[in-house]
Amino acid sequence: MKLLKYISFFAATILFSCSFNDDTPIQINEAKDLILVQEIQNEAHSIKIFTEDGKLEQGYNKIYFQIKDEEDFISNAEVSWTPVMHMEAMSHSGPHSEINKKAGTETLYEGYIIFQMAQNNTEYWELDFNYSVAGQEYSAKDIIEVIPTERNRVSVFTGSDGVRYIAVLIEPQAPKVAVNDISAAIFRMENMMSFPMVNSYTLKTDPRMPSMGNHSSPNNEDLFQAGLDDFYHGKLSLTMSGYWKINLQLLNEAGEVLKGEEVTETNESSSIYFEIEF
Amino acid sequence: MKKYLIFWLVFTFSFGIRAQEKHAKKQDSLIIPQELTEVILIGKKSNKHHLENKSLATIETYLEEANAVDFIKRGAYAWEPMIQGMASERSVVTIDGMRIYAACTDKMDPITSYVEISNLAKAEIKKGQAGAENGATIGGAIDLERQKSEFENTGWSGNAQSGIESINEQKILGAALQYASNKVFTDIDFMYRDAENYKAGGDKEINYSQFTKYNFSATSGFKLKENKSIEASFIFDEARDVGYPALPMDVSLARAYIGSLEYITNSEYGFFKEWRTKIYYNDVTHIMDDSQRPDVPIRMDMPGWSKTAGMYSKLKGTTKKHTWDLSLNGHFNKSLAEMTMFPEDPNEKDMFMLTWPDVNTIYTGFFGKDLYQINKEFSTEISLGMGVHNNNIQNKFGLESLRIFYPEMEDSNTRFLLNTGAQLNLSTHPWTLSIGLGYGERAPSVSEAYGFYLFNSFDGFDYIGNPNMRNEKSSEINISTHYEHKSFSLSFNSSLYHISDYIIGKPDPSLSPMNIGINGVKVYEQLAHAKLWSNDIQITYSFLKDFTAKAKAVYRLGRDDSNTNLPLVQPFTFEAGLRYRKNSFYAEANVESATKQFDYSPEFGENQTPAYSVVNLALSKILYVNTQKMVLKVGGENLFDEYYSTYSDWNNIPRPGRNLYANLIYSF
Repeated sequence: MKLLKYISFFAATILFSCSFNDDTPIQINEAKDLILVQEIQNEAHSIKIFTEDGKLEQGYNKIYFQIKDEEDFISNAEVSWTPVMHMEAMSHSGPHSEINKKAGTETLYEGYIIFQMAQNNTEYWELDFNYSVAGQEYSAKDIIEVIPTERNRVSVFTGSDGVRYIAVLIEPQAPKVAVNDISAAIFRMENMMSFPMVNSYTLKTDPRMPSMGNHSSPNNEDLFQAGLDDFYHGKLSLTMSGYWKINLQLLNEAGEVLKGEEVTETNESSSIYFEIEF
Repeated sequence: MKKYLIFWLVFTFSFGIRAQEKHAKKQDSLIIPQELTEVILIGKKSNKHHLENKSLATIETYLEEANAVDFIKRGAYAWEPMIQGMASERSVVTIDGMRIYAACTDKMDPITSYVEISNLAKAEIKKGQAGAENGATIGGAIDLERQKSEFENTGWSGNAQSGIESINEQKILGAALQYASNKVFTDIDFMYRDAENYKAGGDKEINYSQFTKYNFSATSGFKLKENKSIEASFIFDEARDVGYPALPMDVSLARAYIGSLEYITNSEYGFFKEWRTKIYYNDVTHIMDDSQRPDVPIRMDMPGWSKTAGMYSKLKGTTKKHTWDLSLNGHFNKSLAEMTMFPEDPNEKDMFMLTWPDVNTIYTGFFGKDLYQINKEFSTEISLGMGVHNNNIQNKFGLESLRIFYPEMEDSNTRFLLNTGAQLNLSTHPWTLSIGLGYGERAPSVSEAYGFYLFNSFDGFDYIGNPNMRNEKSSEINISTHYEHKSFSLSFNSSLYHISDYIIGKPDPSLSPMNIGINGVKVYEQLAHAKLWSNDIQITYSFLKDFTAKAKAVYRLGRDDSNTNLPLVQPFTFEAGLRYRKNSFYAEANVESATKQFDYSPEFGENQTPAYSVVNLALSKILYVNTQKMVLKVGGENLFDEYYSTYSDWNNIPRPGRNLYANLIYSF
């Protein structure tokens, strides 16, 4: 399946490369470091979805796409999207960003989606696009494949304030034995379809290795919104490779713990955590 | 056992070995005091005396004869030498002047383990700054000089050796072959030891104390022309299945390749007497694992590698009343050690870290020494060593690991090291007296500067290196005296070291230990100062022609800046022996004892070591078979099977109980 995607991607690349249209080579290059996940089509366009690793997974996904009519990439579309999880009894969405043109590109749109759960035998995700090109409205949708991750990168819980939260790990994507930059995003579940970002909270971390005496590491920094973007940023020290459990505590503006417990001699783990294995 | 006995009887060989402490060299009937040097001679030329009771004892047993040397013991194999009470970091051990860096983060592969007793000619132990010739030191230096022939027409000779020991069913086999002519010489030596677990007093088996070792050594010389020669030498040493009962891990493989090429010029009338220039390279692999241990919190492998390339050029000369040495030396070392932990859950990935982050050490140094004979009684000796020492971390993974603790740390650190000493000697028969001052600096070791979660099983702490430390500096004062009259001799040495910026690990309660179920994490830091006081006295008396009585005592004291005890400091230790030698028969009885350890360091995991006394007895006889010489030595150690451990037995691992041994040596 994956191989097929690669082949189709390369085939497409070769096809475009061989055309003599002078405008297109730049456009092709814009997605060259990305891997095609899927194409969603409607009567007028084809939307090519890319990620860095060619997969959509439970958790945070940075997603890129291009919209193409029969000949050309569309560079002036106004796009919005909605991921929808079709469960047996109901449907819900997941936290997702607005869509912007990737800086420095003509044809590549970008945004992120947090899939708080993976698909299973009976439940699946669908991605809906609504966009306008030169005043004309279009929509396109299709089922997408969201695979589970081996390790937990997203945590869904109800805080002591009764609010349902989603905390998701964004960085490190490639963890190292070093002081890593760690970032996460926190969302509040307003209703089934709306997940606004939560601001001015604190996400406390305590990385542990359960297989090695549940030891911790020094010089970690809790996650705050640093003002660079809406994400929460901190430092994560990983003293060795292997499986790390990042125990979490979510604190509100007043510093009250909404969820998560401190790790102590008797309490091995917090009820909310991320996992990293490398 | 019987099989080995037969094997051993069939396979018998020779190599007379003698160990002797020499406190003063005689030269033109003038005694030049060398009170800061102890020399242990172990040579085939001393066959006829065969003073030592156990020819095939380990090299450690021989070195222990020197009052300045003691060993930290983690099992039956590869003890870590201490000079004047100072271990690896504060001393320099070389083989024929070559620097070798250990590859084991837990100090299980000291340099002394790469030389076998059968190919060792001499061990020169220099205390304090007298030992700075081959590198910056605080406590002193040991240079192990290997056996080699001279350019003499002696032709072929050979010998073979064999021994057994009851305590650990140790089998020892060795063979040596020499050829020498006016033009060339070659010395080849091989030795094999295989031991099972030893038993402590009361027949208590000490698990994981077995070892197997092979050592091969070859030296070849070729005379280019009169006074000019070239020598090539090679050592291969491999130990397998080495147990370390005092540690949680064993060694499946410890292997060293050590090679050198030396160019020697002698000159009788020139500006210099001898000029030796050597290039060398050595490569050490050390594989530590816990695969033999049934019950561990987690399985782990900890291999380490060390490669060293170096050179020296040494000039010796005599000008009027000056006897001088000049040397330039440099070496480059690369130390890398890693640790892989295997989680119980097979779905989890292995855990990995670099415990030594591929550290390159480059050292370039100069050393000069001059002995000036002021008049018949007085002489002075001054020495000056200077070196530039650079450490740099090659591995980015390792550097980033350490930057977790030290975010600002640089990957490279250069320091200047100074080592200097001055000595005044007075010789008036029968007394010699000398007083000396010294100042020396050393760089932190690889572990002290860059170690990453190195577990110390003694105090139960993980150790983290500290790359921001200054040089450790030592000011020393020493006095020694030697009295020799007819058959009586007495010598006394006392040295006081005031060490500032003393490097030691201190607990950091904010850090979480990596190893399971241990006490905490210590980070290396520097105490304002520490003091180490080292004393030894030795008396020898010969009487009734064939008897020699000998007694020696050693006492050391170590205190830090808050006057608390330093770890691993020798309590009052006493040894007395009586020797009888007549013609080819030889007998020796001695007693070793120590008072209980009054000064110990609970912070380092030490507890009070109780007093002990051990009695040893040895007998030997030279037999001649068809004009070929055969030496048979039998003896017993710890005759009363005392269950004891010394202050320097890691984790109080008990010493062997009653041991009966036999060495049979045959030469042709």
